[in-house]
Amino acid sequence: MSTSGLAHIPLSLEPLSKKDYTSDQEVRWCPGCGDYAILSTFQSMMATLNIKRENTVIISGIGCSSRFPYYVDTYGMHSIHGRAPAIATGVAMSRPDLNVWVVTGDGDALSIGGNHLMHALRRNVNMTILLFNNRIYGLTKGQYSPTSEIGKVTKSTPYGSLDTPFNPVSLAIGAEASFVARTIDSDRKHLTEVLTAAAEHRGTSLVEIYQNCPIFNDDAFATLKGPEGTLIALKHGEPVTFGGGEFCVIRKPDGDIEVAKTADVDASQIVVHDETRADPSQAFALSRLTEPGLLRQAPIGIFRRVPRPSYDDLVREQIDAVRVEDQAAALASVIAGPDTWEADER
Amino acid sequence: MADQRALDRVVIRFAGDSGDGMQLTGDRFTAETASFGNDIATLPNFPAEIRAPQGTLPGVSSFQLHFANFDIVTPGDVPDVLVAMNPAALKANLRDLPKGGVIIVDTADFTKRNLAKIGWAHNPLEDGSLSNYRLYAFDLTALATASVAEFDLTRKDASRTKNMFALGLLSWLYSRPTEGTLKFLTEKFAKKPDIRDANIAAFKAGHAYGETTEAFEHRYTVAPAPMAKGRYRQISGNVATAYGLITGAHKAGLQLFLGSYPITPASDILHELSKRKDVGVMTFQAEDEIAAVGAALGASFAGSLGVTTTSGPGMALKAETIGLAVMTELPLVVVNVQRSGPSTGMPTKTEQADLLQAMYGRNGESPLPVLAAKSATDCFDTALEACRIAVKYRTPVIMLSDGYLANGAEPWKLPNLDEIPAIEPNFSTEPNATDDKGEPAFYPYDRNPETLARAWAAPGTPGLEHRIGGLEKSSRTGQISYDPDNHELMTLTRREKLRGIVQDIPDLQVDDPSGEARVLVLGWGSTYGPITAAARRVRTGGRAVALAHLRHLNPMPANLGDILRSYDKVIVPEMNLGQLAVVLQARYAVPITRYSRVRGLPISLTELEADLITEIDELKEGN
Repeated sequence: MSTSGLAHIPLSLEPLSKKDYTSDQEVRWCPGCGDYAILSTFQSMMATLNIKRENTVIISGIGCSSRFPYYVDTYGMHSIHGRAPAIATGVAMSRPDLNVWVVTGDGDALSIGGNHLMHALRRNVNMTILLFNNRIYGLTKGQYSPTSEIGKVTKSTPYGSLDTPFNPVSLAIGAEASFVARTIDSDRKHLTEVLTAAAEHRGTSLVEIYQNCPIFNDDAFATLKGPEGTLIALKHGEPVTFGGGEFCVIRKPDGDIEVAKTADVDASQIVVHDETRADPSQAFALSRLTEPGLLRQAPIGIFRRVPRPSYDDLVREQIDAVRVEDQAAALASVIAGPDTWEADER
Repeated sequence: MADQRALDRVVIRFAGDSGDGMQLTGDRFTAETASFGNDIATLPNFPAEIRAPQGTLPGVSSFQLHFANFDIVTPGDVPDVLVAMNPAALKANLRDLPKGGVIIVDTADFTKRNLAKIGWAHNPLEDGSLSNYRLYAFDLTALATASVAEFDLTRKDASRTKNMFALGLLSWLYSRPTEGTLKFLTEKFAKKPDIRDANIAAFKAGHAYGETTEAFEHRYTVAPAPMAKGRYRQISGNVATAYGLITGAHKAGLQLFLGSYPITPASDILHELSKRKDVGVMTFQAEDEIAAVGAALGASFAGSLGVTTTSGPGMALKAETIGLAVMTELPLVVVNVQRSGPSTGMPTKTEQADLLQAMYGRNGESPLPVLAAKSATDCFDTALEACRIAVKYRTPVIMLSDGYLANGAEPWKLPNLDEIPAIEPNFSTEPNATDDKGEPAFYPYDRNPETLARAWAAPGTPGLEHRIGGLEKSSRTGQISYDPDNHELMTLTRREKLRGIVQDIPDLQVDDPSGEARVLVLGWGSTYGPITAAARRVRTGGRAVALAHLRHLNPMPANLGDILRSYDKVIVPEMNLGQLAVVLQARYAVPITRYSRVRGLPISLTELEADLITEIDELKEGN
């Protein structure tokens, strides 16, 4: 079993640069959109993977983020609303030599496409899903999304949204995902590290990217990034602390996880992050530190990264195990079946 | 000892509780009969409920087989022989049996309680109400149970061999070969020696009972039918469809990728293709109908041949993705095994009311080729043709089958695969254009001037990286375009590409042996059998009638308009309310006489014969 998500993808014979991954299309997101930073980071990151450019396929759904494939000079399809994971599943199953990406948004992935997202994660098809979460519908001009906070006033919720939002990381962990991470558009270094790790993971990698929509939901993540906010950076093998070590995450005797002042607790109580834990409950508990309303506190980093056979590899193995060398003869034999009879001209 | 009588044709209906194994019994009798060399046609008819309450009318399952010493085209309207394994099976099927028909009945369940369950106050086996039939009543359950006494079976398992006892008896009555069934039972129950031996014993006992009972005055033979020289097997429409798809991909040198979601009556195609990893088929049981077609389209984008199989409700769900396939101009084969609708309708019953959905059931102007199979074996050729058109023209193709073809079986002369022409995918491997800067470029919407098929470059091909999608494309370059003139050009181009497929479609052939017919019966899909059989009878009665049958529903054969205009009356029998008629009237502005039946069953040939005679005679009188 190959362990890298890039295992069967041919390597580039010459070094590639960000420019090689930049298409000739004029980028048409709104000025100040978080998508620009994600695109630029992605293009640079792709060049560092050293794989052949023609072996990358990006499939998107519908929404602002789903314009992404047009701007990256690889193979790509801008498909239909919510269905990108399903289409990408067909691509990945057919071709082990392709590096498959899905670019989607909170509405695309979690609302209309929720079913496909959930099942892609469950199957663990070898692909990476980038979920641009701006907590709003942008392309349709500002309706609340499945990640909008309760009470959100939008064009379709003038009296405030009544829907409980999804936490995409919790959802992915619950859907048996083998790689789940969160990063943020404004931190290029963190974004690069997470995207690289996601690409290298074999199976479905889900990366939630906090992305600012300056037009319809400006500053949705501003508090989080500001002086009052707290980004809790998860680092594998290290105790979960933040605020320069002033705060930490502890596991209480009843099993619950909560934030505490480091000075007030015993060091043994502090949760040590282990992204490779087979049991997903600690990763899930960490995901619940994200606030559902106005974001002041959220963990970022890799929540979960566990080895699990990827579905497409297993499908190909099943076929390879029984596939007959002489296909023409095998087909003739299949078509004839076990019971035939001869008719003479009568 | 009964004497042997020769018959030309027989229709037998096996009926019992859905747990009685009637489909298996019918299948085995069919296999014996096919290997003997008779022509056959079958009609399984079963409830959607897996196990309706035992002994009730909704729980009755039946299997009808028509076999003959000549070429037949339908499973027969009415049975000559009804094998009824319980009172409900007798009651549910009796109205179809003509007076004088044979009833072979298992008396075991004819108790007061069971009769009351289906609303019979008196036992029809005793009250004389069946005096117009030839009734053969045996306690088949007791006979079967006695025949397996030596095996260590539970009472229930012992009584379950009654279907094999009945099969043995019928095999004797119609002089069928038995080796195939013995081999089948040996293999099927290889891991359960007791069950295997008991079933074989019951089957042999049933056969021997026929010899010794003296209840039957005659034993019958039906001589083999004349068939073209060659090797044959029996095949159902769904299996033939699966093989046609595999062969299409094989001939194109492409990986066959099936994305599907279980749905009656199409699931057997998924089952068959899932078995076929030995010939490299990749199957994907998706989370829903939408993902199934999505994955298939993704596979096509990646350079495979994507296929999806479903029935009407699934078609509704797939419509958006099929539209994406029209826009991205990728090969995709969509098989719709039609069933009775609307909505969930009658899942196990047949209909052909999805034609307009296939033609027009998408948003925007989104033309695509539509083909329909006319018989179980024709499903192979139609599926193969669908693959050919999809790959050659870079288009989704809808193939229409239906529940009747899906499950019905007939003899099939095995094709010589070497004689089937290759399908050339013609992948792009080099730049096909020069961009504004004078650099070599790949334009995905650059077209083959003859077919208007766009260039298809699979991922992994260096230098041809490109993006496609559901947004309108600029002609040639494939870039996003909102230009009004471009949209009109692309809309017309998509239509022209569809229309151009007519160059590959043979002219429609009219069958009119007398050359004097004034009435044309035009069919499509599975009405082929009843239409052909009814027309034979009409002609035997001295009347002329012309027949033609469409496989290609979009585009239609080039000569169709001329044919329609050359008859005084065109009758279109359909298992819907006139959907082909609507298309023909719109396209050719000719009057069409509709002939609609929507009973969830194939059109009755007896009824059609009578109605055709009326139509023909009316025309004569009116002249």
